[in-house]
Amino acid sequence: MTLEATSNLPVTTGRAAKPLVHPRWVRITHWINALAVFMMIGSGWQVYDASPLFRAVYFPGPITLGGWLAGALLWHFAAMWLLAVNLIVYVTLGIATGRFRQKLFPIRPRDVWNDFTAALRGKLSHDDLAVYNAVQRLLYLGVIIAAIVIVLSGLSIWKPVQLKYLTDFFGGYDIARYVHFFAMSSIVAFLVIHITLALLVPKSLRAMIFGR
Amino acid sequence: MVTEKSARTKKSPSGVDPKLLIKDAAKLLPQSSRRMFLRGAASLGALSMLTGCDIVDGPTSENVLRVISRFNDKVQALLFSDTTLAPEYPESAITRPFPFNAYYSEDEAPDIDGDNWQLEIGGLVGNKKPWTLAELNRLPEVSQITRHVCVEGWSAIGSWQGVRLSEFLKLIGADTSARYVWFQCAEGYSTTIDMPTALHPQTQLTLKFDHRTLPTAYGFPIKIRIPTKLGFKNPKYVTAMWVQNNDAGGYWENQGYNWFSGL
Repeated sequence: MTLEATSNLPVTTGRAAKPLVHPRWVRITHWINALAVFMMIGSGWQVYDASPLFRAVYFPGPITLGGWLAGALLWHFAAMWLLAVNLIVYVTLGIATGRFRQKLFPIRPRDVWNDFTAALRGKLSHDDLAVYNAVQRLLYLGVIIAAIVIVLSGLSIWKPVQLKYLTDFFGGYDIARYVHFFAMSSIVAFLVIHITLALLVPKSLRAMIFGR
Repeated sequence: MVTEKSARTKKSPSGVDPKLLIKDAAKLLPQSSRRMFLRGAASLGALSMLTGCDIVDGPTSENVLRVISRFNDKVQALLFSDTTLAPEYPESAITRPFPFNAYYSEDEAPDIDGDNWQLEIGGLVGNKKPWTLAELNRLPEVSQITRHVCVEGWSAIGSWQGVRLSEFLKLIGADTSARYVWFQCAEGYSTTIDMPTALHPQTQLTLKFDHRTLPTAYGFPIKIRIPTKLGFKNPKYVTAMWVQNNDAGGYWENQGYNWFSGL
């Protein structure tokens, strides 16, 4: 947590003293999460194919994980532990260190609009990676909420008897499957934007690996 | 334990040709474990490239996934509560027509002569006398309208009537401190369930669907209805029931589906 504190200091001298954008716990949980999400989505798509919700939506074999339903379920229910434990660590530290409050808030609609139009015109500044622009804040907050929804709807599909009140909260077993699907869809949409932008601004990718 | 096992291998369920059963099993074996993961590996090029090694199709990942699946069995056993009931629904919620589901088509479903059929009882029970359909039909009836959840994801609500399995186990003098109840079915299907689930108040030895004699499609002459487990843990066309301490596995469980598969 001392790293977190130093990152806020306006250090300007020397290359080595470049401010820390992401403390170590953020980088570790980020990449563990990336691996877990990759496994959950790949296996989840294979599970989906066993009983599709939409006639037009089908995930071809090569982009799925597990080979067939049983294999995919083994992956899904193994990776869920990695995802859940990592998410708990991340959210706990995010709240405890004040990082969420500091990095994600406030989110003002006008800032979102200004930063969004600036981004489209290619005029959004990335000089200080430690400060998230309003669009980033909104997207990161959105994906954290989607993560919580996907975990809870997943639990309600997995245990519609033992956790029946949670399943009821989502409108019953069948509706919970749709909630789970749309939470996945919004996370995939986020990933498309997130990965595209990380590649467009490579120093942001470097910061998530080396911290600076 | 040993005698129990050997007794079962010697005896085959009534009405089943052991040779056909072996032929069926042989057909299924290549599909299990190894091939299942090799099939998966073909579509996992991306992960292999990412990690630069063969973790996804090697025996390592297969073993790790199986170990985690066994761990998940324990977690689910802990989550299971004998007082938590599966939600029950009104008549109007029943899915019509209720789907037929198996690894074979409906016209291949076993056509059993109810007059000659007997439920074989074995293992750790006081009275191993086989039961006829007429005898089972004379036992007190319970009813439930519950949701059948398939491992594939879909679900359907059905109406089932029969004997509470815990009552039946008591009646035959079963040792309910045993760990498992194993069911053998006419077409070679089988499954094993944990004793707490067998004793759950909604676990039913089912004789009727929607207050009518169980149709062939839904498991005539008997089905074991377990609304706290996925559909494949609800065996149909049951011919034998064994109370035992060793896990005899099951048709889908042996191919990689999670053993406990609780809801």
